[in-house]
Amino acid sequence: MQLSREDLLKAYRDMRTIREFEDRVHDEFAKGGIPGFVHLYAGEEASGVGVCMNLDDRDKIASTHRGHGHCIAKGCDAKGMMKEIYGKRDGLCGGKGGSMHIADLSRGMMGANGIVGGGPPLVCGAALSAQTLKTGGVAVAFVGDGGSNQGTTLESYNLARVWNLPVVFVVEDNGYAETTASAWSVGGSQKKRAEAFGMPGLEVDGHDFFAVYEAARQATEWARGGDGPSLIHVKLDRHYGHFEGDAMTYRAEGEVEKLRAESDALNIFRAKVCQAHLLEANQLDEIDAEVKTLIDEAVAESEAAPPPGEKDLLTDVYVSY
Amino acid sequence: MSKKSFRQAINEALAQEMRRDPTVIVMGEDNAGGMGAPGEDDAWGGVLGVTKGLMPEFGRERVLDTPISESAFIGAAVGAAATGLRPVAELMFVDFLGVCFDQIFNQAGKFKYMFGGKAVTPVVIRTMYGAGFRAASQHSQCLYPIFTHIPGLKVVIPSSPYEAKGLMIQAIRDDDPVIFLEHKVMYDDEEEVPDEPYTIPFGEANLTREGEDVTIVAFGRMVNFSNEVADKLAKDGISCTVVDPRTTSPLDTDTILECVEETGRLVVVDEASPRCNMATDISALVAQEAFGALKAPIKMVTPPHTPVPFSPQLEDLYIPSPEKIEAAVRAVAGE
Repeated sequence: MQLSREDLLKAYRDMRTIREFEDRVHDEFAKGGIPGFVHLYAGEEASGVGVCMNLDDRDKIASTHRGHGHCIAKGCDAKGMMKEIYGKRDGLCGGKGGSMHIADLSRGMMGANGIVGGGPPLVCGAALSAQTLKTGGVAVAFVGDGGSNQGTTLESYNLARVWNLPVVFVVEDNGYAETTASAWSVGGSQKKRAEAFGMPGLEVDGHDFFAVYEAARQATEWARGGDGPSLIHVKLDRHYGHFEGDAMTYRAEGEVEKLRAESDALNIFRAKVCQAHLLEANQLDEIDAEVKTLIDEAVAESEAAPPPGEKDLLTDVYVSY
Repeated sequence: MSKKSFRQAINEALAQEMRRDPTVIVMGEDNAGGMGAPGEDDAWGGVLGVTKGLMPEFGRERVLDTPISESAFIGAAVGAAATGLRPVAELMFVDFLGVCFDQIFNQAGKFKYMFGGKAVTPVVIRTMYGAGFRAASQHSQCLYPIFTHIPGLKVVIPSSPYEAKGLMIQAIRDDDPVIFLEHKVMYDDEEEVPDEPYTIPFGEANLTREGEDVTIVAFGRMVNFSNEVADKLAKDGISCTVVDPRTTSPLDTDTILECVEETGRLVVVDEASPRCNMATDISALVAQEAFGALKAPIKMVTPPHTPVPFSPQLEDLYIPSPEKIEAAVRAVAGE
């Protein structure tokens, strides 16, 4: 499918929103305004957006601990997300979930997940619902290179294959499971693992939105067409540490500076669409300014928002009890 | 009304709910059986035959055989429940909890709260528990205290075929995740069970015997043992109330406390391992809320703090027996 001008603008806006959101959370966390753990997606934008541009309201995704980008790419409200990360009552989850559990089922976003490898089995279930209820939907499991080694993930490959489920497994390989290099921790290759389970495995450059988009287009087409699951191995980088506060001493000197300068997904996108005269630089500048305003507002509103009250502690455990 | 076994009662509940609601599906290892094999379809109906006959009526789309892959398919049941189905997944033995617990306690049990109330996860996980089958340490545990510990889960322990049918239909219609525990020794127990669908609400205890001297609280198979003891002791002039809470979460604390207020004596019978089980939980409740009513120290009848042994002689010593329950009741009654 050829991407329209509107599609390209949306892709850029979503990627810029993720970058601005994450850079700002990085700054605000350092100032002490945000409680708990946060894991930032900056640098990985082309993956979440490239995949989710192929999805619609029928489709479900399950995310990881590094879930902010997937939320934005699947259409979650950035202000509601920011309030959630600040632990406020008006947050997307009422302040009860936080960064690692942001979800919006109404947008098909089944949750960031604090358990590495927690998502793939759930996605098999979402795909089973789509198959049984004949919605035409597909379900996407994002996992990291760390999560790719969990038994839940490997079991899900098998279940998705034997039930022929409309699933896409997206392995976002940012090179590190916490501090441990994926080059060390992953036996074999992601692509060959997929093939060993009887499904196609695609490998893409995760800095290139167009490469991810095209792979996900192929994979979702297979899933919707009844051909079952497939896997996309997305090679990319994270701009920050495993979590905020990580000094990243395990990375090479100059590594992050180099990838920011040479393989930044937003810069690459901008260069491609401008050189091909698909979009004008000033249109993208406008989006940058609008997104900055949005995130400024999101932070200001989150800081001012009321926290949950004592009564909120006891609600939402059960539907009835 | 007709005589049905515990197994038939659950099977009938599943079939009736599947007829009523097309979003109800069942899944598990060999739930039909024979998938991909050259012989008979519906070969097993689950390892103990509880789902036998469902596949011929509802088809493979709604009766799903799974690989031996509990993490994936229990998780899939949870994910399907969060996206529009009402799956009843079979965890063949509760002891297999160890390989899929994350999907139950970190995912299913927490979705609603973590997502600010917006998630609904109407999954039922049926699972077989209990000692008495000479099945040894990894196929004989109770483990329901572990589920009971988790906010967000409901935990059901039926004590008879009638109870099993009504509680299963309630479990399927319930919008929260439900763990439904079936005692493996009870599948052939029979009693009169209505043919039509009915529900038994969660969190409402059933008094299977009513008396004045001693309150016995028991779960699952231990309710039957306690009834037996109550009937025997009634002839000796000790009258017992037997409380079957039916569900450990929610727990009908009001009824337990009312009964203890009336009798002043409490025996709790629990087949689960003795540390942090339902016996300690209910004893603590009564000590805190009804201490003044107690005329004697509370007695707990449980197995010892050991794995379940294999040898029939040892397993018989392990299981709380009617004799041990009787001795405890006589002791609190002052004999």
